[in-house]
Amino acid sequence: MPFPGPILLFPAYTDACLHLQLVQSPDMYTINDTIVAPATPPGEGALGIIRLSGTDAVDIVAGIFSGKPLKEQKSHTAHFGKIKDGTRVIDEVVVTLFCAPHSYTGENIVEISCHGSQYVLQQVTSLCLSRGARLAKPGEFTLRAFLKGKMDLAQAEAVADLIASHSGAAHRAAINNLRGGFSARLKAMREELIKFSALIELELDFSEEDVTFADRPQLYSLVADLTDTTTALLQSFKLGNIVKNGVSVAIIGKPNTGKSTLLNTLLDEERAIVSDIAGTTRDTIEETLNIDGILFRLIDTAGIRDHSIDIIENIGMERSKTAMEQADIVVYLFDVMTSDPQQVSQQKATFEANGMQYIMAGNKVDAAGILQAKQKFGDDVVYISAKNKDNIHKLKDLLYQKVIAGGVNPEDTLVTNARHYGALQDVLASLQDVKAGMDNNLPGDLVTLDIRRSLHYLGDITGEVTTEDKLDYIFSKFCIGK
Amino acid sequence: MFLKYDVIVVGAGHAGCEAAAAAANMGSKVLLITMNMQTIAQMSCNPAMGGIAKGQIVREIDALGGYSGIVSDKSMIQFRMLNKSKGPGMWSPRTQNDRVLFANTWREMLEQTPNIDFWQDTVNGLIVSRGTIEGVVTGMGHSIYAKSVVLTNGTFLNGVIHIGEKQFGGGRMGEKGATGITEQLVSLGFDSARLKTGTPPRIDGRSLDYTKMEVQEGDEEIVGFSYLPIERIKPKQQRCCWITYTSQEVHDILKTGFEKSPMYQGRIKGSGPRYCPSIEDKVTRFAEKDRHQLFVEPEGWNTVEIYVNGFSTSLPEEVQYKALSSVPGFEKCKFFRPGYAIEYDYFPPTQLTYTLETKLVNNLFFAGQINGTTGYEEAACQGLMAGINAHRKAKDLEPVSLGRNEAYIGVLIDDLINKGTDEPYRMFTSRAEFRTLLRQDNADLRLTELGHSIGLASDERLALMLAKRGKVENLKNKLAAFSVEPAQVNEFLQENNSSALVERTRAIKLLLRPGIGIKEMATAIPALAVEMDEPDMLVVEQAEIQVKYDVYIEKEKELVKKMEGLESLMIPETFNYEKLHAISTEARQKLAKIKPRTLGQASRISGVNPSDVQILMVYMGR
Repeated sequence: MPFPGPILLFPAYTDACLHLQLVQSPDMYTINDTIVAPATPPGEGALGIIRLSGTDAVDIVAGIFSGKPLKEQKSHTAHFGKIKDGTRVIDEVVVTLFCAPHSYTGENIVEISCHGSQYVLQQVTSLCLSRGARLAKPGEFTLRAFLKGKMDLAQAEAVADLIASHSGAAHRAAINNLRGGFSARLKAMREELIKFSALIELELDFSEEDVTFADRPQLYSLVADLTDTTTALLQSFKLGNIVKNGVSVAIIGKPNTGKSTLLNTLLDEERAIVSDIAGTTRDTIEETLNIDGILFRLIDTAGIRDHSIDIIENIGMERSKTAMEQADIVVYLFDVMTSDPQQVSQQKATFEANGMQYIMAGNKVDAAGILQAKQKFGDDVVYISAKNKDNIHKLKDLLYQKVIAGGVNPEDTLVTNARHYGALQDVLASLQDVKAGMDNNLPGDLVTLDIRRSLHYLGDITGEVTTEDKLDYIFSKFCIGK
Repeated sequence: MFLKYDVIVVGAGHAGCEAAAAAANMGSKVLLITMNMQTIAQMSCNPAMGGIAKGQIVREIDALGGYSGIVSDKSMIQFRMLNKSKGPGMWSPRTQNDRVLFANTWREMLEQTPNIDFWQDTVNGLIVSRGTIEGVVTGMGHSIYAKSVVLTNGTFLNGVIHIGEKQFGGGRMGEKGATGITEQLVSLGFDSARLKTGTPPRIDGRSLDYTKMEVQEGDEEIVGFSYLPIERIKPKQQRCCWITYTSQEVHDILKTGFEKSPMYQGRIKGSGPRYCPSIEDKVTRFAEKDRHQLFVEPEGWNTVEIYVNGFSTSLPEEVQYKALSSVPGFEKCKFFRPGYAIEYDYFPPTQLTYTLETKLVNNLFFAGQINGTTGYEEAACQGLMAGINAHRKAKDLEPVSLGRNEAYIGVLIDDLINKGTDEPYRMFTSRAEFRTLLRQDNADLRLTELGHSIGLASDERLALMLAKRGKVENLKNKLAAFSVEPAQVNEFLQENNSSALVERTRAIKLLLRPGIGIKEMATAIPALAVEMDEPDMLVVEQAEIQVKYDVYIEKEKELVKKMEGLESLMIPETFNYEKLHAISTEARQKLAKIKPRTLGQASRISGVNPSDVQILMVYMGR
């Protein structure tokens, strides 16, 4: 029977590892003013959006907008009209209104959809500035949302991830975290733990009384569950990271095995999707491949693939070695007609010995030759023809399988943030201490000490515990206008 | 007729006595006013001091230079160290005391303290001028002036006693209550509310059959509370207590009185302590339990009076009598007096600062049940801190307070002033984040230097503490340097189910093994005993705790460090919370009212969420 007293836990305290200089009126965080910034990335596009947030957002835009009187319009409505600087028309636009508190930041928000010319966007922004708006600082829209209690820290971080997501899976993970999936999971864990330690605390503080408590085996299995959850979340970091940043794949092999052709084939097939992504990505435009929502970055070890074989022969080994070291997955391509089976299996053994993720791919196999090739090189090789585009889907399947082989479902909650990862490692370590304590039959007060530590680190993630460091870190990741 | 005092203390219970003694010992001219000189330092409820978390508080009071530990040691009839099977943070000293001897010892010690004057009278008014207290007005019509005033009114403010359908005014059974003060404070802008507490019947021990009860003996070793060398009783002299149980039959009888119970009829408005519930509460709330434990405690050396711990009740006397008569051993019990409930005024303690001074009236301090706490120890430590600060305020000295990582006293006061309480507040070890640091064995090491620096703890205390600290370090160094050969120790290890050594090991490493203590090891290895040369068992124990639990102590220290980050972030006194639109109205109001000194304190105010603190931080930061 649980003792129906209140849960007596030490008060959640917050921590701070650094010392703040106190300033009475910090200009960055006064939120009485209205901020403005282009919300779409720089560059030419069909549309460009300028966003304003703050008490005067509607007033400011109403003053430069000719069309319906904006101040009389309802929230969540869009209006066509012109933006004018005096009598000069700058652009024809659509203005969308979101009135406080039902907006992203919880303040009045106006979005002006202009034509995507940098000149137009700049002109409209300047107009807003001249009417009393202030240029937003990086992350300030989200900071305001956070300050208005619209989201917690983990959600704010998810916004940063969402904005940066380049693939379907990254998008799903970010959306999941934005909706509070990660926070919810951790909060549930925290609650379980709090219940758990409250029972032990009761046992300690009422040890003189004749009261009974939940049985130990039950508590034992709870810690085991929590350890599993934490471990899974930690494992998901690898996938989360992959989902966020893409999986690097190095295709290596001897000259003339068809690496370049394979690369082209892989990319060719994906051209439509790749070019979609290319428009929104910056540094990984060329050799990226999207398989079922996971982004693969193909490291072109041949690199200079249309050039002289001599060069490849000279520097190929060097380049391949570096590429292999950097890659998450290595695809070893060999020519089934000319390769020595013993050399291939030696190569395989090397990968194994180094604990690498690898795929052995035999190239230049036509439909009729597969059986023969299998006899020669074995079953755990994928046989393809890069030139004829045979079995390329099998190779892709394998790549995908390698990524999610950890048993982690990309639809699950993913840890995508290094700060969360670090804190979860601390959670896991303290949970292991809890279990060790119970294994060694340590007294309850020492066991709860480790539970308190786990709670502390969990709170670190969801913002139950906070540091100025963390706030800085989180909000500095945003680009202006987000 | 009266001097102008530095400090007037109103009330001579556990809080008032500590307050008067502390202020006087530090050099204030003190007047202690009590309604009755014959009831100084009454144990109004159970005849015991200490216990879990409370024992730690008594040791802290002692380490700082208070009297409660000494008085308890001198008047004990039994000593037990509770929770010895748990980690050292849980070890809790507890004494059964002779109620009369306890009160007499207190009075004696107060009388021997220079600077304390006594006056028997009732205080029914305060002299307040321009927001500062200047003195008190008594029932006999005297105006007495002082620089600081400490109110420790206990349960006496508009106290109402309930037994069944009977109710009468009073501060304790047979003593009248105090009126006027609450009304005046409310007119000055204070909030007041009602609380309830209760006490069990007192029984004639000659009418009990102890053969039907379990015996509970005292410990074979008496540690006591005080760090000073005090002549305590010998273990063999101790009196024993007994344990017996209620039954379904007893519960059924109790239920027949419910309709006449003041609680059930709603005559009592104040909320009672959930942790020390009356027997009728237990029967209702834990309906599935078919028995409850009762501790049968003697009230002293020379009395047959018995205290029935666990049977607090305000049911009609005849129901109390019938029910108790059905408890094994109590079949022929005779009552000295029935149990009763008492309702009284308290002032929600969020109206206080860290020094227990009220925010509304300068130089006015509150301590004890007036702040919504329950328990002698909780009251005594507040009295001590209020006495210290009343003295310092009178002498224009800086205030003194303790942190949550320094003492249970710090936890208690921090909880009270930030969270407030709407039921009688009792200390638990779980309220302290740093239980392993706030141990009963190291209160002297934690606090005596502070106590000495403010002129409260004597030179003798400081010298004893420093000697202990030096000896402990010395012993730890010796253990770290002493090598043990497998042959010297393997037999001993085997006897203690510990794996055998294969190579030479430092003694300090062996000590980390479960079940291996310094004392036992030294007995097994005579050379070690010679090397240690430490006859003081308290020093040995202290070294052992520090070595054995080092990992845990360090873990807590790491958490302390993290907490201190926020504690060091001062919030300007002039900070305008009105501009924090982003946080909830409740949090904004609480912050504006309590005016936390640091971000750490802000984070502990009830109704202030972590996200509110983050927002506050953003506003303060940069």
